[in-house]
Formats: sequence, C-alpha cells, structure tokens
Amino acid sequence: MEKFEKVSGIAAPMPLVNIDTDMIIPKQYLKTIKRSGLGVHAFAEMRYDDQGNEIPDFVLNKPAYRESQIIVAGDNFGCGSSREHAPWALADFGIKVVISTSFADIFFNNCFKNGMLPIVMPQEVVDVLMEDAEKGANARMEVDLEAQTVTTSDGEVFPFEVDAFRKHCLLEGLDDIGLTLAKAPAIDSFESQMEQARPWV
Amino acid sequence: MSPKTLYDKIWDAHVVQQDEDGTSLLYIDRHLVHEVTSPQAFEGLRLAGRTVRSPERTIAVPDHNVPTTPGRENPDQMPEESRIQVAALDTNAKEFGVNYYPVTDVRQGIVHIVGPEQGWTLPGMTVVCGDSHTATHGAFGALAHGIGTSEVEHVLATQTLIQSKSKNMKVEITGQLNPGVTAKDITLAVIGETGTAGGTGYVIEYCGEAIRSLSMEGRMTVCNMAIEGGARAGLIAPDETTFEYVKGRPHAPKGAQWEAAMTWWKTLYSDDDAHWDKVVTIRGEDIAPVVTWGTSPEDVLPITDVVPAPESFAGGKVDAAKRALDYMGLTPGQKLSEIEINTVFIGSCTNGRIEDLRAAAEILKGKKVKDGVRAMIVPGSGLVRAQAEEEGLAEIFTEAGFEWRLAGCSMCLAMNPDQLAPGDRCAATSNRNFEGRQGRGGRTHLMSPAMAAAAAVTGHLTDVREMM
Ligand code: SF4
Repeated sequence: MEKFEKVSGIAAPMPLVNIDTDMIIPKQYLKTIKRSGLGVHAFAEMRYDDQGNEIPDFVLNKPAYRESQIIVAGDNFGCGSSREHAPWALADFGIKVVISTSFADIFFNNCFKNGMLPIVMPQEVVDVLMEDAEKGANARMEVDLEAQTVTTSDGEVFPFEVDAFRKHCLLEGLDDIGLTLAKAPAIDSFESQMEQARPWV
Repeated sequence: MSPKTLYDKIWDAHVVQQDEDGTSLLYIDRHLVHEVTSPQAFEGLRLAGRTVRSPERTIAVPDHNVPTTPGRENPDQMPEESRIQVAALDTNAKEFGVNYYPVTDVRQGIVHIVGPEQGWTLPGMTVVCGDSHTATHGAFGALAHGIGTSEVEHVLATQTLIQSKSKNMKVEITGQLNPGVTAKDITLAVIGETGTAGGTGYVIEYCGEAIRSLSMEGRMTVCNMAIEGGARAGLIAPDETTFEYVKGRPHAPKGAQWEAAMTWWKTLYSDDDAHWDKVVTIRGEDIAPVVTWGTSPEDVLPITDVVPAPESFAGGKVDAAKRALDYMGLTPGQKLSEIEINTVFIGSCTNGRIEDLRAAAEILKGKKVKDGVRAMIVPGSGLVRAQAEEEGLAEIFTEAGFEWRLAGCSMCLAMNPDQLAPGDRCAATSNRNFEGRQGRGGRTHLMSPAMAAAAAVTGHLTDVREMM
C-alpha cells in the first residue's frame, strides 16, 4: 500500500445521509475481475443518466469537484452491503479521506485496508467543514494524519481521533499483508521446522 | 500436557506466531483457488509487486462459471463476464506458476472434490479457499475453512492467515443408520437440530459410531454442510478409512514419508478428557430420510412429515417461515411426499462424488424419469465422470432419461447456464435452498442423491425406502 501523505485537496460536499455501498458502487459492477478501474462507476446511478451521460448537477461532475480527494458526507456513510468494491471504487476515483459524523462498521474497516482515512467528527464540525467544502475548487482543505488535524481553507483547525495502530499502518503504507510480510523470518523458520516435522506437506 | 481436541492439535501445529492482541498467525498448508473470488487477489499482488509465496501449495481450478455441456472448451459457450473470470484464472495460474486444472484437463471439477481426489488434502493440514464450502476437507481431519478475497491475497502473499481461535463443539451421532438414511440426512438432521446459527463461533468435530461407519465420500458430505450450521469448520478424526482413501493418491506421501505421516496422523484425535464448549448428541437410529421445505437449510423434516404451520415456530422464525412458504408455494399441512417437482439436480460439492452417483443409479436402474421432469446429473469432477462411465452408471442415467453432464458447480448456484426458471421446483442434492439460489424464483428442496433419484422417477418428493 502507498504511504498516506498529508492531503491538501478539494473536498466534495455530500450532505445526504445514509449513503450506502449500493449507491457508492451499484451491483452490476461487481462481476469485475479487478479492483482498480471502478472509479468511473463510483456513484454511477447518481452520476450518470440512463444513456450514460453525466448528470451535471451531481457534485463530482461539477468542474470544481472533479479532482476531489476528500468527501464531507452526511451521517452513516457506507452502510448496506459489505462489498469491498465500495472503498475500491472511491480510492480509484482518487478519494483519500471521507469525513462524516458516523460510518458503517465494515466500510470503515475496509477503508483502512485500502489506504483511505475515514474521519469521524462531531456534527458541529462536520457542519463547518461542509460549508467550507461548498466553496469549491479554490478552497483547499488540509488533512494531516501525523498531527491528526483537519484545517479549513480559512485556517481553522480541528483535531480528530484515530486508532494508533491504524494510523501507524496508514502512515507507513502497511496493509495486513505488508505487516505479515514483515514477519517473514518467523514464517521462514516455521517452514524449515515443518520440513523436519512434516516433510510430506 | 493438558488434554486437547483434534482442533487444538491441528491449530497448535500451525501457529507461526502469537500476537499480544490474541490473534495468531496460522500457517496454511494448502490454498485452493477458483475463478470467482481470486481475480482481485491476484491483481492486488501484481499492483503491489508481490508474488505467490508457495505456488506449490496453491491449487487452482475453474468450477463456478464453467458450462457443463460438451464443447465447453470453446469460450464462446460462456457469457462474456464468465469468460473473463475463467480467462483471468487461466492467466493468473500460469503467470504465478500454481498447480492448475483447466477445463480441458480430465481432473478438472469442483475445487472441493478435486483437492481430496488428487491427494492435496491430507489429515492434519490447514486448508483454505475463497469459498465457504471449504469445510468439506474437514472430513480428512484437516482444519479447512472459507476466506474472503482480501484474505485470499494474504494467503497468496504470505502462506499464512491472521486468525482467532474458535470454540470446540462436539456433534456425536451414536449407533447405526437405518436403511435408506445417508450422510446427507445426518448433516441436514444436525442443522435441523442446531439451527443455521447453532455452530457460530465453533469448529465442530463430528464423531460417534454412525460417523465412523461412513465412507470418506459420506464424511465429506457431512463436513461440507458444517458451514450451513454456522460453524467455521467441521472435522472428523482420521482413521483407517481415511488412510485407505488417501493412500496412493497423486499428491499423497509415499514410502518413508508415508510412514512418517502415518505416525503423526495416528495422534490426530481428541483426547478422552478434552474440554468441549458445546456437545450435541443424536441417535443414528432416530434419523430419517429428510427433505427441506423452506428457504433455509434448517427448514428440515422427515419425508413422512407435513409442511409445518408458521405459527408452530417461535420469535422471528414465524415471519421467516411465512415468507418461506409463500416463496416455496406450499401450504401448511400438505404432505411433503405429495409435493410435485419438475426438475432434479444431482451433483455439487455436497453430493457429486462416485458414491453419490452409485446411490442414485441404484434407484434408477431400469426406471424412467417421470414425464415432464427435467433431470440432470453433474459429476463433481472429470474423474468421477470417467469412473461412473466405466462402472456403467452413466448408461443407467441416460437410459432413465437423465442429462449426463461434464463436471462443475452447475445448478448448485446457477452462475453458469444451468438455472431454474421462476416457479420451477427442484429436488436438489446441493447445500443451499436460499431464495433465487438455483435461479430467480426457483424453488429448491435439499435431499440425498437416492431421494432425488426417487423424486425423478415419481415426479414428487418420495420416501426412498418405498423404492428399495
Ligand atoms: S458446488 Fe455449489 S457449494 Fe460447492 S463450491 Fe460449487 S457453488 Fe459452491
């Protein structure tokens, strides 16, 4: 996984509550054999009409937000089906941070597995950030995981909480696999013992 | 040393490292791979510049999407999305150098049938696959369970899995089975008793005289459905029956290695005073040939019974039963043996082995499939198919009017063209009767191969004992 660097980018406001994983990536895109390439289908049913044309009103279609790296969202983001395709689609689109008052559990965990940072903030902070996001492309929001802060375009700073171990993994770009690979010596020595004890395996 | 269960022993033999948070890094001896849950895992490796740590311990076979009709080597037989998934497995298997059985190989078949058949699955091993019915391999006294796509990638890259230990549950089937009662009836009866969540958090060890008397095929049928009982895995301690089955298989140990393996395998049993967190005992004599009436594998009753009234259940099950009866088009009080079917499916990783085909042929010999019933037999592997042809079973099936198919998952989950149409009612030897599992609007009754064969002849659910 890539290391999670400081993000200074455009934040898209998505005030809708209960954005579920079906909205994030509709089921017709699950038959894919890839986890990359889902970005064009992210939010497909909100983003395109029946003919596949962009719906201009949808936030990520607006010129100001096409390069968004942050989403400021309404309550309970990522609820519904457990599909790992949802974080895959957001990450592929270029989203690195999602900020909301609350997240569905599985989606929340899946984000970390895919190098994304979900941030839980109290309602009044989300309200301020949402307003900041509404300002469009010139208003860059800054997310500093190291310092655990979100800074608005006006320089207002809000601290956030994150699990220390997960923070470490994101900063170092460690996924589960990366972490286990760091234990390769232990696996090697297990295998050589095994060659003695159970050579037929 | 404190007494241990079989599960404890296999677990302990595979712990690479124990972490402070209570999880363990568990070594994986065999990793089975099929085309549906592996593409993203292989792609993940590629994107991260990683390789498969132990390609020699990894076995890939396409089974879910593949057509089971002749000429299937031609990719045009598959819808585009299936074709892409199968082609991806082909590319990945070759690129990463894992053991591979493509559709053109006579050894191809359902992954859970191929593994044991080729001697990849051995007692005391850890076996995983991105597929819930990996539990099947527990029949050998191997710790075997399904995993998700992220975990498939983890195993490919590291040959380990981060795991927390489950609790120990013992399911004992005492005594002997009555004639006409099979391994499928045991496993369904257990789920009927414990419910589909009864095994949640546990690894089940099946034991008792009735289990001991089963062949390896039967034991695989029992363990296969441990997952429908909610358990992480099912296990049966290896014994002479196991060793006999394993000996001489292509990837089983030979010579001195065989002797060394046997020495360890013979220690693989639960100690007499081992601790069990939960125990369920069923008398073998009490088990009847069963069928399912609803849309959950726990909706099980003896064939001599009637469709239950939803009100006879408690709590949330009342509504679930109402919904199930509505979906299944059944009325409370209706005799199960009077339910008419129009489709019969014999196959799947639950009941697609040679013994299952023999049991079906026994019933079908000299008989005909009832007019208007579509019946198919899908052997679990190319080798099962070849053996059935050699034994003359295939002829019995085709003469009776069954379609005689090539190996694959087929109508078990209807990802290939073999599907039920809305309202079709199927006597099936597979493992899931969920809404839409065998095709949108399709109605599934689970049962043993002999019972399914009997239903094919009469056109309705039938007590096989009347035909024996
Ligand atoms: S036969 Fe059915 S249950 Fe078995 S692996 Fe195939 S789809 Fe899954």
